[in-house]
Amino acid sequence: MKELRLYMAQRITALIMAPFVIGHLAVMIYAIQGGLSAAEILGRTQGSVLWFLFYGTFVVVVSIHGAIGLRVAASEWAGVKGVALEVFMWAVGLCLFYLGAQAVWAVTFAAGVGP
Amino acid sequence: MALDVLKVTIERGPDAAAAQQSFDVPAYENQTVLDVVSWVQQNADPTLSYRFACRVGMCGSCAMMVNGVPRWTCRTHISKVLDGNAVTIGPLRNLPVIKDLAVDMDPFFDKWVEAEGVHHGALTRDDPIAPVDETTVERTTANTGIECINCSVCYAACDTVTANKDYLGPAALQRAWTLLNDAKDEGRASILDAVSGKGGCHTCHSMGSCTAYCPNDLDPMSAIAGLKRETARSFFRRGRS
Repeated sequence: MKELRLYMAQRITALIMAPFVIGHLAVMIYAIQGGLSAAEILGRTQGSVLWFLFYGTFVVVVSIHGAIGLRVAASEWAGVKGVALEVFMWAVGLCLFYLGAQAVWAVTFAAGVGP
Repeated sequence: MALDVLKVTIERGPDAAAAQQSFDVPAYENQTVLDVVSWVQQNADPTLSYRFACRVGMCGSCAMMVNGVPRWTCRTHISKVLDGNAVTIGPLRNLPVIKDLAVDMDPFFDKWVEAEGVHHGALTRDDPIAPVDETTVERTTANTGIECINCSVCYAACDTVTANKDYLGPAALQRAWTLLNDAKDEGRASILDAVSGKGGCHTCHSMGSCTAYCPNDLDPMSAIAGLKRETARSFFRRGRS
């Protein structure tokens, strides 16, 4: 029942993503009021457990959701099958996770703001 | 405006697009697409192969692509599909062509069985006939899908079938859904397993061509959505047990 498990994983991550997307958009609209600067963003995120968990969880569910979705697209549009399809899915998922986790780590723990 | 002659293009052979043949067919007041094809076979080219039986929309054997759209040809009036005085008729999409307008329906029916679209009985001939309550939600739900005539129009209309040869398709999944809701069918577990595998109901992208083109106005897309709900429920239940 691998298909069903993938389907459920994708639907459940979609459910989790919905409030995250709304929260993310709301913060974006709020944050750009009166201009936007790196210092302002980092002032909010650095050392914040709340924002680390918010964006950390967001990155995890996006990686799962996106990888499963692109697996279907690769299979139906590009005819990728078998082991190559699984490798593709894991590569997409891990890549999304690496990029997202790196960003979350940087805004939470990295020291200093560039000029 | 009364037309005298119809310009009929018929796609013949596995290389359908490359093997188009045109015929001039006399127009009549009352004429279906199937009548046009039959006129060609009887008067212009007896080697033209096509399939039909009942001519009244019961048997589901005469479906073809008409101007790129899957239709039951015996119940489609030619005046509804004419482009000027021209029409293009081809074999059903998504199925192997045997010859001319006759396609091999085997994959369609094989998938019907793969989706457990077969009766799963628990009673023997010695048991009394189980009563069916016509008023239950399950029975009403099943009733919405049982008038399928296996014409394969939905299967030909489905882009997901085109993209994924393993996909069971709308008709087979709708049958699975009606059986799942049938009080006399005992195959619940095997049906849910069959529609949860590779090419099962979760492959559907809800594009809705099946429901849009079904000549009997059935709604396979909603039936498949029902299967998705039921399999999700059973997924959580299995997780708890």
